[in-house]
Amino acid sequence: MISDLFTTTVLVGILASGFRLATPYLYAALGETFGQKSGVLNLGVEGIMLLGAFAGFYVSFTTDNLWLGLLAAMLVGAVMGLLVAIINVTLKAEQGISGIGVYLFGLGMSDLLFQMTMGTVETVKGFAPIHIPVLSDLPIVGEIFFQQNLLVYIAYALVPISWFVLNKTNFGLKIRAVGENPEAADSLGVSVNTVRYLTSILGGILSGIAGASLSIALLNVFQQNLTSGMGFIAVALVYFGGWRPAGVLIGSLIFSMVNALQLWVQVLNIPIPSDIAIMMPYLLTILALVVAVQRVRPPTALGKPFERGE
Amino acid sequence: MQSLFNKYPKLWRIFDILLPFFATLAALAVGAVMLIFLGANPFEAYGALLEGAFGNINALADTLVKATPLLLVALGICIAFRGGVLNIGGEGQLVVGALASTLIGLSFADAPGTLIIPLALLSGFLAGAIWGAIPGLLKAYFNVNEILSTIMMNAIAVQGMNYLLREPMIDPVQLESASRIPQTARLAVAFDLPRLIPTRLHLGFGLAILAAILVYIFLWRTVIGYRIRAVGLNAFASRYAGIKVSRYIVLSMLLSGAFAGLAGAIQVYGLHHRMFTDGSATGFTGSAGFNGIVVALFGHLHPLGSIPASILFGALIVGANKLQRVMQVPTAFITALNGLVVIFVVSSEYWRRRWARRRETEPVEKPPGATEAEVAT
Repeated sequence: MISDLFTTTVLVGILASGFRLATPYLYAALGETFGQKSGVLNLGVEGIMLLGAFAGFYVSFTTDNLWLGLLAAMLVGAVMGLLVAIINVTLKAEQGISGIGVYLFGLGMSDLLFQMTMGTVETVKGFAPIHIPVLSDLPIVGEIFFQQNLLVYIAYALVPISWFVLNKTNFGLKIRAVGENPEAADSLGVSVNTVRYLTSILGGILSGIAGASLSIALLNVFQQNLTSGMGFIAVALVYFGGWRPAGVLIGSLIFSMVNALQLWVQVLNIPIPSDIAIMMPYLLTILALVVAVQRVRPPTALGKPFERGE
Repeated sequence: MQSLFNKYPKLWRIFDILLPFFATLAALAVGAVMLIFLGANPFEAYGALLEGAFGNINALADTLVKATPLLLVALGICIAFRGGVLNIGGEGQLVVGALASTLIGLSFADAPGTLIIPLALLSGFLAGAIWGAIPGLLKAYFNVNEILSTIMMNAIAVQGMNYLLREPMIDPVQLESASRIPQTARLAVAFDLPRLIPTRLHLGFGLAILAAILVYIFLWRTVIGYRIRAVGLNAFASRYAGIKVSRYIVLSMLLSGAFAGLAGAIQVYGLHHRMFTDGSATGFTGSAGFNGIVVALFGHLHPLGSIPASILFGALIVGANKLQRVMQVPTAFITALNGLVVIFVVSSEYWRRRWARRRETEPVEKPPGATEAEVAT
């Protein structure tokens, strides 16, 4: 039965769904990269993703307009990002703990709203696959890369965009300065906290989209704990990727491929208990962290609130 | 305000202690707004909460029962925090502790309780220690962020639990029935922890109090405890003083996990008498692994301060469950409220730090969560 895995159809299927499933990781982890580069660790990504997933789904479901759904997810994400900034930047809370609070709040709140407004699991017709002319007709490659929906394409487009913003723009320079040496940045007139507010809100928006990409583009349902740990893995992917968009891309792809493989193992009835199969990405995360952190150093001020010297 | 506090320095101390209460009240106030949206009367709801927590002897006993795992987890958090590491892995450590102890009870069903109970509690303690030591080792020797690794360890423990309870450890009765509820058989009645009074209150609470005293003595009256605190306060200085920092980081995490594991074992032997899962960690732990962190913060990261903090938080949980039953509010509300309490309590530390800085005459203790740089300023 293991040999079932090695037919062309299955392999292409795994690669195509792996390419697709990297989407939520990419949004969430790229958003978190901005935050961490500026020195803010937002551990509550999972909770924001859940709220975004619900908002996106509910608005799409009731208005029949996916764009409004996406906008709702972004708005909810922005509000949560602002909340995270207030807690972590202004109130200088211990970021490892406040993130757990944001997670629990998002987990409970998204479920509560879901039960109040809908109650039963419904489906929406999510973003449809866009067949890119010519390219999508290519054998194998076409099916894997060029028959995906819009949110998938945008997620991949964000990788070079994030790289450009972080490394080639004035704003990116400020983000890195604030994350590496907030005192120096401050003395040069950069408002440390303003930059951190902006990156937190940006991270929130992208986490919201990450959630919506699940609920209105990939899975097209909402249910309790839809994200099941993806947000936490996204935070780990930022470390794994060495705080670089390209590294995040590689990490996201590895993870989503493992996930896709795990799903197909279940589909093909290969006798590995599903609970054990689900465990694999987490084990892999720990191993990946061991390998990754030996190479790069985190932003110096990561997790440290800025205190102007008196 | 300022002059008032200067005149009565003791007021600071009282405000320090009351701060988390205010934070919790603020969280409950936000919860009240949510309740109004849910169509429930918040006064009625919080009345039900209070009555559920303290209304009668049974409610009071339940509060202490709920406080037990919280206190044990909090003790571990105190050790970790004092050692300069953040243990977010209480959930997973609690789960593996419960699993290990259940395994002992199921394997030796005919053995006498006097032998099995200590053995089971010890196995829970050890399993939690191993689960905590792994992130500790990764942190000390591979520089892996312990926040991330403990979160992953939580997920691994939960999946392991789901697998074990669905397949090898499942109750044979469930195996026959169509529903196949993922839980083990009930442990032998001989293994039940003794009850303290004719309520659900069991010996576990007494053990947790005893553990709190022992942890206090350990941290402040032994050399090893002193070194753990030294590493937490200033790892660099400790290294120059000849303390093997890596080793003490591992030890802090190991002990932190061990107390969470013990909490898991006590939950099984004192309360549930079996292990069960609803697929998530919360189903079994009730988020005690996370809430223990808040309890520790509440108690000023002090083992003895954690005792009243755990009772208060236990009351909140028991009361919230009552609220949910009486007012027909979904359980999800409790989870969200729980998150709000975590956010508010951890954010309120801001004021404690500010006040601490203003008190020039008293020595400034390292506030929880502050970095070395902050204490130095």
